[in-house]
Amino acid sequence: MPWEVQEIVFRNFYTAFLSVRVQRPGPGGSRRWMTCLRDLCLMPCPHTEEGSQDYFCLHRHQMLCDVDQVTAMRFILRQPSPVWLHFTIEDLQIFPPGQKSPQKDFPSWLSQLTPPEQPASLHGELPDPEKVSTEVQQMWVLTEVIRARQAAARIGRFDVDGCYDINLLSYT
Amino acid sequence: MRKAQGSWEKRILKSLNSMCTELNIPLAQKRPANEQKELLNKWNEMGTDEPDLSLFRPVYAPKDFLEVLMNLRNPNYENGEQPSFRNHLGLIQVPLKVKDIPELKEGFSELGLNIGQLGIDDSAQVPPEFFENEHVRVGQKVLAEQDSAAAQQYVRQGCPTALRADLWALILNISNQPEDILYYEQLKSNVIQHNLLVDSLIYKDVKLTASNDDYYFVFEDYLYQVLLCFSRDTSVLEHFAYSSATPPKSYIQGKLGMEEYAVYYPPNGVIPFHGFSMYVAPLCFLYHEPSKLYQIFREMYVRFFFRLHSISSHPSGIVSLCLLFETLLQTHLPQLFYHLREIGAQPLRISFKWMVRAFSGYLATDQLLLLWDRILGYNSLEILAVLAAAVFAFRAVNLMEVTSLAAAEAVLADLSTLKVMPLLQIFLFATVT
Repeated sequence: MPWEVQEIVFRNFYTAFLSVRVQRPGPGGSRRWMTCLRDLCLMPCPHTEEGSQDYFCLHRHQMLCDVDQVTAMRFILRQPSPVWLHFTIEDLQIFPPGQKSPQKDFPSWLSQLTPPEQPASLHGELPDPEKVSTEVQQMWVLTEVIRARQAAARIGRFDVDGCYDINLLSYT
Repeated sequence: MRKAQGSWEKRILKSLNSMCTELNIPLAQKRPANEQKELLNKWNEMGTDEPDLSLFRPVYAPKDFLEVLMNLRNPNYENGEQPSFRNHLGLIQVPLKVKDIPELKEGFSELGLNIGQLGIDDSAQVPPEFFENEHVRVGQKVLAEQDSAAAQQYVRQGCPTALRADLWALILNISNQPEDILYYEQLKSNVIQHNLLVDSLIYKDVKLTASNDDYYFVFEDYLYQVLLCFSRDTSVLEHFAYSSATPPKSYIQGKLGMEEYAVYYPPNGVIPFHGFSMYVAPLCFLYHEPSKLYQIFREMYVRFFFRLHSISSHPSGIVSLCLLFETLLQTHLPQLFYHLREIGAQPLRISFKWMVRAFSGYLATDQLLLLWDRILGYNSLEILAVLAAAVFAFRAVNLMEVTSLAAAEAVLADLSTLKVMPLLQIFLFATVT
C-alpha cells in the first residue's frame, strides 16, 4: 500500500554519507526508483568523530523529489574512511503527514474564550473612580514588588534536616 | 566517552572511600560548637593553622588523569597493534575533530600581526599613542556602556590592567549585589557548621601548591575562604547538566539506597585534585573582596575550568585540547615531534600539566592574565593547546639536542620568562608551513 513520507528521523552510527531512493509511480504510471536524497553529508570529516553519533531529521521539503505514493525505500550508506569497523544508522523512524507531534496541553485559560463583558451594575453607590484607581495602582505595585522579591535562587540546602553525616560514597 | 568518564569517577570515589576508611575519618560531620566558634574567629587567617595533613594525599594528580586519557579507545575504531596510519603518533588515540592552523588563524583573527595587542604593542619601546592609549579609551567606553558582548570582543586584544577586574566581571555577568554577598555569607556559615574531609584535601592542596609559589603565597587565606565555600555551593550542581561528569552521591547516616537520605558529596559535586587551588590563585590579583572573588571563580569554573578535568568530546574539553596540541606539533614541527617520541619523551607528557591548570603557576602572572583575557574573549580553551605548541616551537632548538624525558622536562621546566602573546602570534601567523 503506497504511503506518504513527511519526516525521516534516525540516529547516526559512523555513516559518512546517506542517499535515499524511493520507489514511486513515475510519469506514465509505471513504478520507478527515484533519488530523493543524494549524498547527504552526516560526517563532515569522515576520519574524525564529528557527527558520528548525532540525531538527524529529514523533512519532505528537503528532498529532491516528491515523496508521496511511496511503495519502497532504499537507504544507501557510505563511509569512505577505513578506520571504522562498523557503520550504520539506528532508530530509524518514518513519519507520514498528518501525525500530530505530541503537543503539550494548552493551559485551560488559553482555550477559553473571554466572556463577553458585563456592564457594571449601577445599583448602589458608585465608588469614587479616583480612589479606586489609586488603590488598584497600589495593589499592582505591591504584586510587582512581591514578584520581584521571589528568590529564583535555590535555597542551597545540601543537608537533610540539618544532618550531613556521611561515611562513605556510593558507587551507584 | 561517557563510559570512560563514569569509570574514572568510580576510581576517584574508590580512592576517596579508601582514604576515609584508612584514616578513620568520616567524609562529613557536624562541627562541635566550640570548634565552630574557633573557626569563625580565625576565618581571615586560616593559613596560620597548621593541621597535621601528612596522612592525607591528593585524590589524584594530573598525571593519573593523563594515563586514563591515553587509554581511551573507541571500540568502533580500528585500533590495530601494527603501526599504521590509523594509529595516532601521539598519546591520544581518539579521532576527534580538531582545528588546523588555517582554521585557527580564522578563529583567532584578532591576534593577527597587523592588529594591536596588549602583551606586544604596549611594551616600553612602542609609543603609547600607537595603540595603547586608544585601546584604554575604548575599554573605558565599553565599561561605561556596560556592554557585555562588546567587552568580550574587546578583551580579545587584551585588557588594560586597571580595567581588567571590571571587564571580566562584565563578561562573566557578576555584579556583586547584596543577595550575592548574603549567599556568600550563607556558604561561610555552612563551612563553619560542617566539617568535610574535602576541606583537608583543600588545605593540603593549597599548602602544596599555592603556598609554595612566589607569586601566590600571599593569597593563602583568600584561597581557603574561596575554596571551602565553593565546596558547599549547591548552585554549582547546575553545571552537571552540560558536563559529561556526574556528582558523587552518598546517603547520610548509612541509610544506603533510601532516596530521602541521598545527598551529594561534596555539596557542589566537585572533588578537588592536586593543583585545583591554582584555578583561584591568579584571580586574587584582581579581586580583593571575598564574595566577588568567589563569584568570579565560580563562574570561571562552571564555564571553563570544569572541562579541563572531565572526559568529553567537547572542542574545549581536555581530550580535544590534548589532541589539538599533538596534531599542531606533529604537523608543524614534525622533526621535533619524531625526535621527542624516539627518546621516549612524548610531548603531551610535559604539556599536559600546563593545560590542565590553564598554565596557572607556570607563567608569570601578568602573562597568565593576558592569556586568560583571550580565554574569556574567545569563550574557548583552545588557546591553551596553541600556546603549549608555541612553547615547544620556541624551545625547539634546545629540545632537539636532548636525549631523555628528564632532559626535555628540564628544558621546559621554567616558563616564567616567556611572553605569551608574541609566541602565539608567531606560531599562528608567522610560521612558514
